Amino acid sequence: MRAGAATLLVLADGRFPAGGHAHSSGAEAAVKAGRIRDAASLHRFCAGRLHTAGLTAAALAAAAAAGTDPLALDEAADARTSSPALRRTARRLGRQMMRAARATWPGPGLDALAAARPKGAHQPVVLGLAARSAGLTPLDAAHAAAYENVSGPATAVVRLLGLDPFDATAVLARLAPDMEEVARRAEEAARGPVEDLPAASAPLLEITAEQHAAWPVRLFAS
Amino acid sequence: MTTATALPVTGVRAHARITAAPDGRGGTALPLRSGEGPFAVRRTRSADPSRARVTLVGAMSAPLGGDRLAIETRVRAGAALRVDGSAATLALPGRTADPAHWDVWLQVGEGGLLHWLPEPLISVCGSELRQRIRAELAPGARLVLRDEQVLGRAGEGPGRLTSRLTVRYAGRPLLDQQLDFGPGAPGWDDGAVLGGHRAVGQLLVVDPGLGDEPEQSRLLGETAAVTPLAGPGVLVTAVAQDALRLRRVLDEALTFTSW
Repeated sequence: MRAGAATLLVLADGRFPAGGHAHSSGAEAAVKAGRIRDAASLHRFCAGRLHTAGLTAAALAAAAAAGTDPLALDEAADARTSSPALRRTARRLGRQMMRAARATWPGPGLDALAAARPKGAHQPVVLGLAARSAGLTPLDAAHAAAYENVSGPATAVVRLLGLDPFDATAVLARLAPDMEEVARRAEEAARGPVEDLPAASAPLLEITAEQHAAWPVRLFAS
Repeated sequence: MTTATALPVTGVRAHARITAAPDGRGGTALPLRSGEGPFAVRRTRSADPSRARVTLVGAMSAPLGGDRLAIETRVRAGAALRVDGSAATLALPGRTADPAHWDVWLQVGEGGLLHWLPEPLISVCGSELRQRIRAELAPGARLVLRDEQVLGRAGEGPGRLTSRLTVRYAGRPLLDQQLDFGPGAPGWDDGAVLGGHRAVGQLLVVDPGLGDEPEQSRLLGETAAVTPLAGPGVLVTAVAQDALRLRRVLDEALTFTSW
């Protein structure tokens, strides 16, 4: 059955129990380095993240939702993530998303991937399969991936900087056209072969993820 | 070679080819070495006699907008080749609005060894270049690849530079990364991507002896990291204020990541 907007809201809700709240998606390291200081620099950080790592994740999610072999996508995700810290995070979040998704929208596709990758597949691949299992479209999956790519850092910065939550939400609202564009591009790319999926990457996100993972004390897991 | 009068319409199309093969005496021969248009492919003296060395010499300013340049390098099983460059490559605006294309194809056979160490690519203000580097490595092949990008000459803004690096090892994807900088690339200059830095580089070392994630990541100062890939490779990623500082970091990494 084809699911609608309400199902997408359930999947994309920050309260969906998939563990995302414990991660800042690079924002904690960027705050410490002085690259995020206020709402304006948060906006620019999120825009850069969205059009790089966000596009790559959204395309993986859309391809998984379209029925592309999730193991090929998982391998493609590995090749697109040079930082081992980011690969560990993606698999940890993938495992948590898998548990939540199998309880919420059980299906053979999720079961098969869980059996093949017991330690967790890359989160965007699991997100895409969850969307498929829920009856959502590849474009829906891309929207959910694009949104969580920036909602994570924006929420984290409220805690890290004491940024006004209204300002953080306004940043997300202003990024909505960018999220639409990224989701559209991701969905379009997901119709092609796996090797042609976007591989957009952000050098500082990869470098600072390794720095952050080495901190003895941190507020967020990544 | 395309004549100057044809430039405004189509730009230059040029294709260089290098093939390295074992010479049967423990060294490496170059059965094919052809260049045209913007590049000359010179055999140069190798510090190590078992390895052949080739230097790419820029014979004219390129790539200009509209140009389509390609280089294909094959290292056959058991051969060893080092390719370097005589000077930085400048991506320049052309007389057409079309982007320039620079395609690099690298193929290394079983037990082969390739050092691909060109000089930096400088994206000049107003230029638009799409760089594509593809490497196909057979099982047991080794590769050292350096890719340095400098955004603008001193005191100028950058052009648009899009670059994708795809490396496959034994038929499986090992590394796939796309970078997009300059006017029109969303968010490229801020905290997530470059954070105001003007030089970015990667040094990739692929070696089957590395196995699956055997090594720990390592930090090189505040803006560079050495990261083991999910397959038999290590990637150094660095951002820096300028080309000199970038090279210093990558050179430091080269000494402990490879042979």
